[in-house]
Amino acid sequence: MSRFTPDNELIANEIISRYPRPKSALIPLLHLAQEQNGWVTNDAMRHISELTNTTPAEVMGTGSFYEMFKFHPVGKYVINICSNIACQLLGAETLLEHAEAKLGVKIGGTTADGLFTLEDVECIAACTEAPALQVNYRYRLRVTTEDFDQLVDGIRAGTATDIPEHGTLSLVRQHIPSDRGAGIVPPEQAREVPVWMARNETAEQT
Amino acid sequence: MPTHAYVTHAPGYVDNDGPKIVTKRFPLEDSYTFERFEATGGYDGLRSALGRTPAEVHSEVRDATLLGRGGAGFPAGIKWGFLPPGKYPYYLVVNGDESEPGTYKDRLLMERDPHQVIEGCLITCYALGLTQCFLYVRGEMALAQERIATALNDAYAAGYVGRNILGSEFSVDITLSWGAGAYIVGEETALIESLEGNRGMPRLKPPFFPAAIGLYGQPTIVNNIETMANLPWIMNNGSDQYKTYGSETSPGTRLFAVSGHVKRPGVYEVEHGVTTFRDLFYGDNFCQGIREGHELKMFIPGGGSAPWFFPEQLDLPLEARPVGAAGSMLGSGAIVVMDETTDAVKAALRVVRFYARESCGKCTPCREGTTWEERILQRIVDGDGRPSDIDLLLDVADNISPGPYPAAAHADAGLEAIPFPPKQTTICPLGPSSVAPITSTIRRFRHEYEAKITKRDSIPVSAGSMEVES
Amino acid sequence: MTDTEAKTTLSVTINGEVFEANKGELLIDACERAGEYIPRFCYHSRMQPVGMCRMCLVEVDTGRGPALQPSCMLPCSDGMTVNTQTELTHKVQSGVLEFLLINHPLDCPVCDKGGECPLQDQTVSFGPGESRFVEEKRHYEKPIAVNDNVFLDRERCILCDLCTRFADTVAGDKLIHFMDRGNNTQVNTFPDEPFASYFSANTVQICPVGALTAKPYRFKARPWDLEENLSTAWTDSAGARILVQSSRNKVIRLLGVDSDPVNWGWLSDKERFAFEALNSEDRLTAPLARSDGQLAPTGWSTALGQIVSLLADTDPDRVAVIGGARLTNESQYAWTKLAKGIIGTDHVDAQLGDGLDPELVLGLPRATIDEACTPGGTIILCGPDPKEEIGSLYLRLRHAVVHDGAKLIEITPVATGLGPVAAHSLHPRPGEVASVAAALVAATNGETPPPVSGVSAAEIEAAAAAINGPVTIVIGRASLAESADCVSDAALNLSTLPGARFLSALRRGNIHGALDAGMAPGLLPGRTTLEAGASRFDEAWPSVPGARGLDTAGILAAAAEGRIDVLLLLGADPLNDFPGRALASAALEAVPNVVGVDMLLNDSLTTHAGLVLAASGPTESDGTFTNLEGRVSICQQRVTPAGTSRADWMIAAEIARRLGSDLGFDSVESIRAEISSVSAVHASLNEAALADNAVDGVLVGGSGDIAAPESSGTSPAAHDAYSLRLVASRSMYDDGVALRNSPSSRGLARSVAIRLHPFDFDKIGVDRGTVVRVESAVGTLLVPVEPDARIPEGSALLPWAAPGAAVNTLIDASSLVTDVRVERA
Ligand SMILES: Cc1cc2nc3c(=O)[nH]c(=O)nc-3n(C[C@H](O)[C@H](O)[C@H](O)COP(=O)(O)O)c2cc1C
Ligand code: SF4
Ligand code: FES
Repeated sequence: MSRFTPDNELIANEIISRYPRPKSALIPLLHLAQEQNGWVTNDAMRHISELTNTTPAEVMGTGSFYEMFKFHPVGKYVINICSNIACQLLGAETLLEHAEAKLGVKIGGTTADGLFTLEDVECIAACTEAPALQVNYRYRLRVTTEDFDQLVDGIRAGTATDIPEHGTLSLVRQHIPSDRGAGIVPPEQAREVPVWMARNETAEQT
Repeated sequence: MPTHAYVTHAPGYVDNDGPKIVTKRFPLEDSYTFERFEATGGYDGLRSALGRTPAEVHSEVRDATLLGRGGAGFPAGIKWGFLPPGKYPYYLVVNGDESEPGTYKDRLLMERDPHQVIEGCLITCYALGLTQCFLYVRGEMALAQERIATALNDAYAAGYVGRNILGSEFSVDITLSWGAGAYIVGEETALIESLEGNRGMPRLKPPFFPAAIGLYGQPTIVNNIETMANLPWIMNNGSDQYKTYGSETSPGTRLFAVSGHVKRPGVYEVEHGVTTFRDLFYGDNFCQGIREGHELKMFIPGGGSAPWFFPEQLDLPLEARPVGAAGSMLGSGAIVVMDETTDAVKAALRVVRFYARESCGKCTPCREGTTWEERILQRIVDGDGRPSDIDLLLDVADNISPGPYPAAAHADAGLEAIPFPPKQTTICPLGPSSVAPITSTIRRFRHEYEAKITKRDSIPVSAGSMEVES
Repeated sequence: MTDTEAKTTLSVTINGEVFEANKGELLIDACERAGEYIPRFCYHSRMQPVGMCRMCLVEVDTGRGPALQPSCMLPCSDGMTVNTQTELTHKVQSGVLEFLLINHPLDCPVCDKGGECPLQDQTVSFGPGESRFVEEKRHYEKPIAVNDNVFLDRERCILCDLCTRFADTVAGDKLIHFMDRGNNTQVNTFPDEPFASYFSANTVQICPVGALTAKPYRFKARPWDLEENLSTAWTDSAGARILVQSSRNKVIRLLGVDSDPVNWGWLSDKERFAFEALNSEDRLTAPLARSDGQLAPTGWSTALGQIVSLLADTDPDRVAVIGGARLTNESQYAWTKLAKGIIGTDHVDAQLGDGLDPELVLGLPRATIDEACTPGGTIILCGPDPKEEIGSLYLRLRHAVVHDGAKLIEITPVATGLGPVAAHSLHPRPGEVASVAAALVAATNGETPPPVSGVSAAEIEAAAAAINGPVTIVIGRASLAESADCVSDAALNLSTLPGARFLSALRRGNIHGALDAGMAPGLLPGRTTLEAGASRFDEAWPSVPGARGLDTAGILAAAAEGRIDVLLLLGADPLNDFPGRALASAALEAVPNVVGVDMLLNDSLTTHAGLVLAASGPTESDGTFTNLEGRVSICQQRVTPAGTSRADWMIAAEIARRLGSDLGFDSVESIRAEISSVSAVHASLNEAALADNAVDGVLVGGSGDIAAPESSGTSPAAHDAYSLRLVASRSMYDDGVALRNSPSSRGLARSVAIRLHPFDFDKIGVDRGTVVRVESAVGTLLVPVEPDARIPEGSALLPWAAPGAAVNTLIDASSLVTDVRVERA
């Protein structure tokens, strides 16, 4: 059973409330599921389909389009080394080879202890700081092979405290105070002219 | 729970003594905090906007000829004008999906000055009567998401976002949304699909552009993060002031990320149009030249999708029109510089591989063609190429993007420039983009291909970079 | 060209020729009408275009110079110039084909689609030569079963989105979907959630390659040794048009035919696979006679001899005929003439107490499916669940609501398959639908309705407010535990809505043909009554019954009292079909001579028939079919009848002859000729009309001499606090004889359970799935119980004719509603 916990179900419903239509929340909800379990389970997708009034096939159809969602267990720490052009020009290949050796797994593999998964990814928008990588989507820049060893050893030693386990992205969640929200409703219910736009007409008259 | 996970913020920005329209706060350690933002003129642009009618705000932006910074370079003010009157609700979708190879600017804007982006969104929503805004941040950018979330929470609490903003009639909700790893979702119609909870596959347009039929079938404005970031300044200083920077056709400044084999790679705020590639690569305020002991071989002027340039193109100004006429595009302001040690075929393969991996799979030519291109190139690089492969590559490319593909002039070979953009058999330009590195390199460095094909590769990979023994 | 013409058409130049295209017409269709077929894979005229495959790219000039455009996405515009044959177009098309082929296995010789495959055909005409693709192709596990009948071979799939689009936008069953991305994109289901759709096999028909195949057809034949002809589906009353395909004198596939007013090319899987029952080894291939308790084959002359002697010395008033909806219009006419005109009994009823008063169906103003689906119109569903009973109708109605802005109002005891798209759902207590209908009408006249029958005034007012445009009421029996009178009264109330028209949802095959043929007490062929038609038929027929006879309930009651000596069952199974099993079996016990005319044995015949005549099946004889609109379309013989079985009309003619009389016809044409001569409404229905409208059929309109009945005004007494009011509704797959004999459908019947609102469920205090005792005034049943929030409080839902749970044992046909107590067993 890896449906949402009661707490996460509350969060899920708050996320849904920030969209005019429930289905729009699919991607954030899949992230929430991955945050809860480290990967996206079938039960979680079933639960999401119930919350968003979609079918599990739709949830999986959407989820499987996006790389970040894992549909099988992965390491607690997913290391994404950028191998795109800018990083490749400055040593990404060596870094990847080194990483494979250091972790003892091939690209895409997960270490036996389930701690690390190694991936070779596309541009992560740190091109001027090549070669770059992300651990659970936290950046490490201008990474030398020594830096890499330190990173891995640090995580093994539990000193890399700024890196949450795989699945957690932002540590801050958006929250719209009930007394502050302008009111998010389905498009059918928002047909009138926004009040302040009336000013245009008045302006044109004068 | 800590408000942000990092003690330091991501480096990358390099301060040059040029005008600062969007990077004003970048040098400050706490530039992203609400306190610092308010203390440095934050939300004054919004106040100034609220003091005028929506129509006045719109025309101010139109007069500024603010060009979209997402790649297409379409004037924001004009795009805004495409909203069909009265078909409410309208939506604003702000594109922070930055994934184009070499592109690295929206992330800095979101991480370092999130409130500036939010202020831009508010100005847009006020001007156009948009009742909900979606800030779509790339999935992999955890820090940017965190900074935007924090900023939104602070701004809601302080009354800048939400109901009756600053006591006015103006009300809008801004929803932070985020992706999950798919470059194509940066394409505006795919972005809308993604926001509807679907697979990020582009919708065919025309007949319908998002401004007519977008999110939930409603009129929708899609703008880039950097485009938004320019608005507060324009509100505060006016369009005339704005136009004193940059050139006639492309005023203002623009963020360029220069990466690769330069001495000082970085993200620079550069005056549009007046600065040239040469200034940028060799100027002391900028990259300070190609790395020691090497010279320029080629460069990608506008992100992975742009046809490649060579030393002859160095003196072109950083401006859409001349660059387009010269056979490429400025695109997303991503410049990748490659020196003579770079293996042209491997470089091409790497960029093609990106498109093969990122194709959404909707169009047959892109889904099948990009993968095929990659596999042929891989074969050549692995030394298993066949003499017929070069023509095969060009023909497969031609089936994705028929006709002469945009390319830079090649004086020595007596080849004219072929102006941008290319023809396409596909819905969106992703498929055709995969052709750029192929035609650019074959046209210029066919001998490198032949070298790999006729004899086993003489170009080993040393030190992980792609250096030719010389 | 005059202005008025200019308004409706646009001129487009196609390969140099000016062509008048319709407003909004897609370029790909305009070109096809102009004789320039543009190759395509992902385009289907009945679904929204997606422009994915890129095969239909052509060079279009709208003033800004020629540009490559997907013709499937581009609406024609005035002055548009298109060239479908340029060098560039050809280059691009062969390019797309090459791309599609690089990962496509070249296993055409063993592929079901081989010989009828668009990809194969277009490769021949536009394709590149030999393959330049030396890499390894994409690999997937060979065919996976997406459900019991449909297999998916992902290696052959070209990702045209037709099947997934069908599941999503046509059937509304989003159970197959694109998964993964880019070059790894594939169609699949969610793990362990099969493509459980009643319409799944339509995806097999529209798949442009051999990726989707249907079990009943896999490896059965090659297209080139198929023979085929146009016909009409027979399992429900929609009259979906089909292509019947046979190989070596055996029907092996039915395909949907795109008839614009009817089924748009779609079929329910039940219609599509129904032919299997005709190929069943249990088919009756010769007459059967009972000797020492056993039904054993016998010769036709012996069998016919026995019937004739029975009939000869039986008082006509002690002869009755039940059934006939299975028959063609022609056979129905022949049997009516035999029974009413020669034998002289009016105890003839094609319905089995599960239908509606014929006067109501024929007497109220009728709507066509198209009229019901008018964009912006209103559909009031006061009848069975179309998704469960009349699949092709469901698809049309759903399309109207989802894509054409029609509004749907459900007035049903429980939510139907259209519930999810209904604008308003009113669920009256069983038996009280008429009062809700009355309240709705009142609300449309501005009166504030009282809350009635568990439906709030607000709900009723909201629904009333939604009514606009042409109003069509889909009328039928939502529950067989509720008397037809309740539905009649509701219909009569709704008929006062301005301009209201009715679409009959009587489900049983050719039941509307049977009513038109007079197979009901008091009726004569051609929508006329004994009184009104007497004079005309006195000349045409040897005789006409003097007085109105009994309906099925009456016949069975009389039989139970020993007042019927010969009971003819024309494809009828009273034990399972009649809502009142006790009465049905008492009647069958009491009748000395039960004679069946059928294709397969059913429970009533096996237990009680002394004689069964083998009838030929719908693909084995010619004739016509009348659908729920009154539309007459042809059924054609495709294969020779099973064994010595005979067309029903021939059996009637032979019996008549042996009775020393003559029906006066020797072919279906001659029967049709007689029908149009004696029936005013059929007067214009001639061979030419049928030939000219081979695909869409001929609509036979008008009420003839029939007037709508008076309201019965009955309303049921409130039920006591301990009991629940029963809803017994049909589902697509039940334990019917035909389905028992279709391998592909057998086993699809839902596992039976009585469903209660969780509140009522909790009162029983058992776990879900526990077997409970369900007790009514006339019987008991032991079935599992399930809580179900969609069931209104105070009601209980049981599926009709579910395997192992004959709900009609609980029902007493003579009472308006059926109250049951549900207790621990
Ligand atoms: C394949 C593809 C990827 C794109 N990626 C991005 C992106 O990451 N960020 C972005 O702002 N625009 C991207 N665009 C451009 C958007 O479609 C759109 O033009 C832009 O967001 C409009 O904003 P602007 O007018 O402010 O530039 C992409 C376009 C294509 C075809
Ligand atoms: S070109 Fe490629 S990415 Fe773009 S829509 Fe077509 S398949 Fe998708
Ligand atoms: S038929 Fe037009 S793109 Fe497929």
